[in-house]
Amino acid sequence: MNAPEKRNSFRSGPDENGKFGIYGGRFVAETLMPNILALERAYNEAKADPAYAAEMAGHLTHYVGRPSPLYFAERLTEHLGGAKIYLKREELNHTGSHKVNNVLGQILLARRMGKKRIIAETGAGQHGVATATLCARFGLECIVYMGAVDVARQAPNVFRMKMLGATVVPVQSGAKTLKDAMNEALRDWVTNVESTFYCIGTVAGPHPYPSMVRDFQSIIGDETREQMQAAEGRLPDSLLACVGGGSNAIGLFHPFLDDPSVEIYGVEAAGHGLDKLHAASISGGRPGVLHGNRTYLLMDEDGQIQEGHSISAGLDYPGIGPEHSWLNDVGRVKYLSATDDEALEAFQLLSKIEGIIPALESAHALAKVAELAPNKPKDHLMVVNLSGRGDKDVPQVAEMLGTSL
Amino acid sequence: MTTRLDTRFAALAREGRAGFVTYVMAGDPDRETARAILKALPGAGADVIEFGMPFTDPMADGPSVQAAGLRSLHGGQTLKKTLEDIADFRTGDRDTPIVLMGYYNPIYIYGVEKFLADAKAAGIDGLIVVDLPPEEDAELCLPALKAGLNFIRLATPTTDEKRLPTVLGNTSGFVYYVSITGITGAATPDFGKTSEAVARIKKHTALPVAVGFGVKNADHARAVARGADAVVVGSALVDAVKGSLDGEGRATGRTVGAVTDLVASLAAGVRGARQAAE
Ligand SMILES: Cc1ncc(COP(=O)(O)O)c(C=O)c1O
Repeated sequence: MNAPEKRNSFRSGPDENGKFGIYGGRFVAETLMPNILALERAYNEAKADPAYAAEMAGHLTHYVGRPSPLYFAERLTEHLGGAKIYLKREELNHTGSHKVNNVLGQILLARRMGKKRIIAETGAGQHGVATATLCARFGLECIVYMGAVDVARQAPNVFRMKMLGATVVPVQSGAKTLKDAMNEALRDWVTNVESTFYCIGTVAGPHPYPSMVRDFQSIIGDETREQMQAAEGRLPDSLLACVGGGSNAIGLFHPFLDDPSVEIYGVEAAGHGLDKLHAASISGGRPGVLHGNRTYLLMDEDGQIQEGHSISAGLDYPGIGPEHSWLNDVGRVKYLSATDDEALEAFQLLSKIEGIIPALESAHALAKVAELAPNKPKDHLMVVNLSGRGDKDVPQVAEMLGTSL
Repeated sequence: MTTRLDTRFAALAREGRAGFVTYVMAGDPDRETARAILKALPGAGADVIEFGMPFTDPMADGPSVQAAGLRSLHGGQTLKKTLEDIADFRTGDRDTPIVLMGYYNPIYIYGVEKFLADAKAAGIDGLIVVDLPPEEDAELCLPALKAGLNFIRLATPTTDEKRLPTVLGNTSGFVYYVSITGITGAATPDFGKTSEAVARIKKHTALPVAVGFGVKNADHARAVARGADAVVVGSALVDAVKGSLDGEGRATGRTVGAVTDLVASLAAGVRGARQAAE
């Protein structure tokens, strides 16, 4: 971003090299460099063009269904007996998660750039479904790379993508999950660089993706700010969101980073526990370079990347967006983690007590709400990002609870 | 400063022939066999050796090199062992230039300063690090040049006239022209276009230009050698390793020979190119 640097601001990054402190950057093969520079130019032009913003706003209202409500969770608040809890209802968006906010921005950009072939990587399938949906809406070719293991785990989403006209390519290389899907998408891009737009699903990848995706997701925080003002006449006191790559989290957090009274918590997936198999890059990893940027990663002592494990296929990426790594190091955001079991419990709690089935990803954030809220005063305003709905997770949860469908 | 690469390319120019650059993966299929292959390469006709550093997530490599990396990692290969393997090679060969090729993360985790010192001590001449474009030169390229190692950059069909000077800026040893937009081991390029691209690059640099990606047999090698200073072959050699393994993926008595036979045939193609053209 070329915004003039504001002193003492947590919102001015990245610098002109795409760095947030030491994190981020453009660690890609030369074949992709000219394309990444062209993407950055095209995005900067689009950002400065009111017609692009107007087109996006129209689709966000009429197709996605924004704004999403900021809902006072009265019974959850009573149950936990502390902070006043609000849910930012991203699960009510078309396609059922926050992913669509980002995909819309990128697809409109691809159209401006004249690209007709769209590729994407997906883990759980939510980003793949959102991409397939918007490609159907705009008549674009859509190829989704998905690890073969995830294809087997997430059959309903695979079928949804196919219904929407996308080609789903099961990735057989490496560990056959999300990171390998991303490798394969990058290989496709290197091969079809002229014709193809790579629609990345989170705030990862080389510059300008982390800041571009953040900008598209920041509508979550912008709306929350206005809605909280309308509901309570003031800023919230704390924010929570789950973190896979970190797009729903940064979308909620970014507009509040320069409000020191707002406590901010990102929740990583602790899987079986931080001393066992997990996907908590910040709590259990260290800085390295993968998929075009420097960030906290899970790896062994020789710098070989390790698989993340989480009950939630949307959180098992072994990295995290570079801006989060920086926000951790400077201390502005606190990164916690929730285990599979804690998430499963929160999944059931919200379903029973509010009549809302959350995505397993979002359930990680809810698990930490259950931990933090009871210790806060009753006038403490806590917002949790309900990044997606849990319909996709019902078969998996049933199996874990010992019910056969 | 004259490096082993400079000396070797000057000798090739005097001989009036193109050079042959071979890529094999460290630790593939096991450490001892990979060392034996390394030792046998110069005798079979390799003028320059690229030694692959395995990485779990090689985003610019096709299935052959990906699989070779995983074989190597499963066998316990580490960057430290790779450096030792080259030091071992150097006890018997003082002249053949060796270039390490791979991705940045294992080097970053090893520690850049320590890596450069150890690489230099092991007798390594240059580095090719796929995910470090000129925009990230401060990471490794500039420190490597300061340490007396060549830093070889990839130029690609997407590197246009305007960007070429940026790409060539801190490049030394040679320029590696990637003949296709794609990953290693993929499509075979149009060799006519390749020569044009090499000519285009040579307008911007006095460095030798090697061409690789998609060269699979002696005919390809001959065609590329007519219009380039050197030909690079990797995936085909890695496939030769794979083709020689037993049912459990272990090396057999044929493994080293499978590689050296192919290297000899490719080297004959490269060496015959200029005569055939005249
Ligand atoms: C509902 C939901 N929440 C969160 C995530 C994690 O992604 P991010 O951290 O980028 O928001 C996913 C990813 O699939 C998701 O589907």
